[in-house]
Amino acid sequence: MAINKKIKELQEKREKMLLGGGEQAIEKQKALGKRTARERIMALLDTNSFIEYDLFVEHEARDFDMAKKSLPSDGVIIGSGTIYGAPVAIFAQDFTVAGGSLGRMHSRKITKIMDHALMMRIPLIGINDSGGARIQEGVNSLAGYGEIFFRNTISSGVIPQISVILGPCAGGAVYSPALTDFVFVVDNISKMFITGPEVIKTVLGEEISMEELGGARVHSEITGNAHFFASTEEECFDQIKKLITFIPWNNGQKAKAFEPGEPKREYNIEKIVPDDPTLPYDVKDVIRSIVDNSDFFEVMELYAKNIVIGFGRMGGRTTGFVANQPLEMAGVLDVDSSDKAARFIRYCDAFNIPIITLVDVPGYLPGVDQEHAGVIRHGAKVLYAYSEATVPKLTVIIRKAYGGGYIAMSSRHLRADFVFAWPSAEIAVMGPEGAANIIFRKEILSSEDPDGTRRKKVAEYKEKFANPYVAAARGFVDAVIEPSETRRFLMHSLNASENKTVQMPEKKHGLPPL
Amino acid sequence: MIIRKTELTELTMKKNEKLGVLNIDSNLYKTRISSRFANRKPYKLIDPHMILSFIPGTVLDILVKPGQRVRKGDSLMLLDSMKMQNKLKSTMDGKVKTILVKKGDRVSKGMVLIEVE
Repeated sequence: MAINKKIKELQEKREKMLLGGGEQAIEKQKALGKRTARERIMALLDTNSFIEYDLFVEHEARDFDMAKKSLPSDGVIIGSGTIYGAPVAIFAQDFTVAGGSLGRMHSRKITKIMDHALMMRIPLIGINDSGGARIQEGVNSLAGYGEIFFRNTISSGVIPQISVILGPCAGGAVYSPALTDFVFVVDNISKMFITGPEVIKTVLGEEISMEELGGARVHSEITGNAHFFASTEEECFDQIKKLITFIPWNNGQKAKAFEPGEPKREYNIEKIVPDDPTLPYDVKDVIRSIVDNSDFFEVMELYAKNIVIGFGRMGGRTTGFVANQPLEMAGVLDVDSSDKAARFIRYCDAFNIPIITLVDVPGYLPGVDQEHAGVIRHGAKVLYAYSEATVPKLTVIIRKAYGGGYIAMSSRHLRADFVFAWPSAEIAVMGPEGAANIIFRKEILSSEDPDGTRRKKVAEYKEKFANPYVAAARGFVDAVIEPSETRRFLMHSLNASENKTVQMPEKKHGLPPL
Repeated sequence: MIIRKTELTELTMKKNEKLGVLNIDSNLYKTRISSRFANRKPYKLIDPHMILSFIPGTVLDILVKPGQRVRKGDSLMLLDSMKMQNKLKSTMDGKVKTILVKKGDRVSKGMVLIEVE
């Protein structure tokens, strides 16, 4: 039968295409510890869930003898599938085909799947592994990048966008990941930079390796470009899958609810926080003592560790956590931690995820470098993000809430819906030492025993003001609760705010201190 | 100071991990100090006697000689950087004391190139 022959023809054509850049190129890819683009998609998506589009797309470039060259699928694979049953649109650049370089049709395939994701309101995952612009295609290649950036921006806050850097991602190409919600990197595989080591060497005479310039660690620890760091591609895919379970398909929905579970007993909330507010503890243990199954999924674990952000579930529902980390830099707010927190707050707000804030903040980090790095502008982002957020906002003041840090960390004044404080809370304009030094300066200086007087005055101040009751007397704190009551109060409040509605004044958009 | 570590923090902290002290508003906090903070460069006052390269590049031409009188704003040197010729100007009135580089030298950002007295 004629149709059988045609089917056979289709199968042969497919097979040829599925080989991408050919066996030799695939071997090279494997030698670098990398999977091929299709293998990556298969590893990430549910078994047999992937359907590929545009397998037969060919480039139209004619200059520089390009007409003679065949580039299978034009170096990028697009399609859709599911992760734990949730639909996702996906593209993966194929480094085995012309180094995954981006030409006109390559970019058209990407924008096609982006349009699809936005139209269908499903998450978009982009796997980046590309040498950059396809130079032979000139300005067409630049146009392609621009079309991608535009769509990243328009889709921002509507559908979740995830970027996975599994190879080089250099020059203009880096701006697509930078515009998306979450960037995943893998040690020794991911490389991101605007200008590479060679250019830096020629122009500036500075020598640096690709890994030191823009490797996975650099972007996870120093630049804050990456949100998740993994040692292998496999670990990276597990992280993506886990993230997908915490977030909704789009901004019109809530994340899928899970079976509720109690926190593990080993996380005993009463035994984590030392009484002395100058002593450290790991605030992640407090989070684990509150969330379902003690399962806390941290975001940006290695960057600005003095603030902790991430997802957990309360009674089966996804909740975002923002917490000062006394174990790192005393939990101060500074340029990087403000940036980190503000963006996460906005993410949660965009995707209907309630925010729980755990406060133990001594204030802002002093220093010329901080002031000159713009701690005013960056610090303001936190105030902006909390004030603007209309999702349920719950705050627990664990110990210190001093000065500007108190206001910034989801205080009543920024319209937190529920503010609870532990009996150990110290809500004050500044720490007792500093406050006593200012208020009782004259008395201390003129005293015969300045040190003794200072100690006395500090103790006096502590007694009078370093507690939750002054704020509670003003109604700035809704309830002073025992640590062991925290989960119950938070669950109750989350239930109560299920239908929270906020009317904001109409505007085109605000002007966050970017 | 002896830290009363709590049960769980003990698990997180490496054995015998030494913590630093951070002073915030005269309160001394025991905590981990980030390497970024520990290695931060102390702020230095700008010294108008020192003419620094504001950008990394290659010395294209030196327009003055030691001992020559210069006025604030006079061009002292041409620096080739980012495919552009950049003029380096004197930050004060005075006399060129020493020139620390020569034509063709590659300089990094913030390097002292000329001293004026």
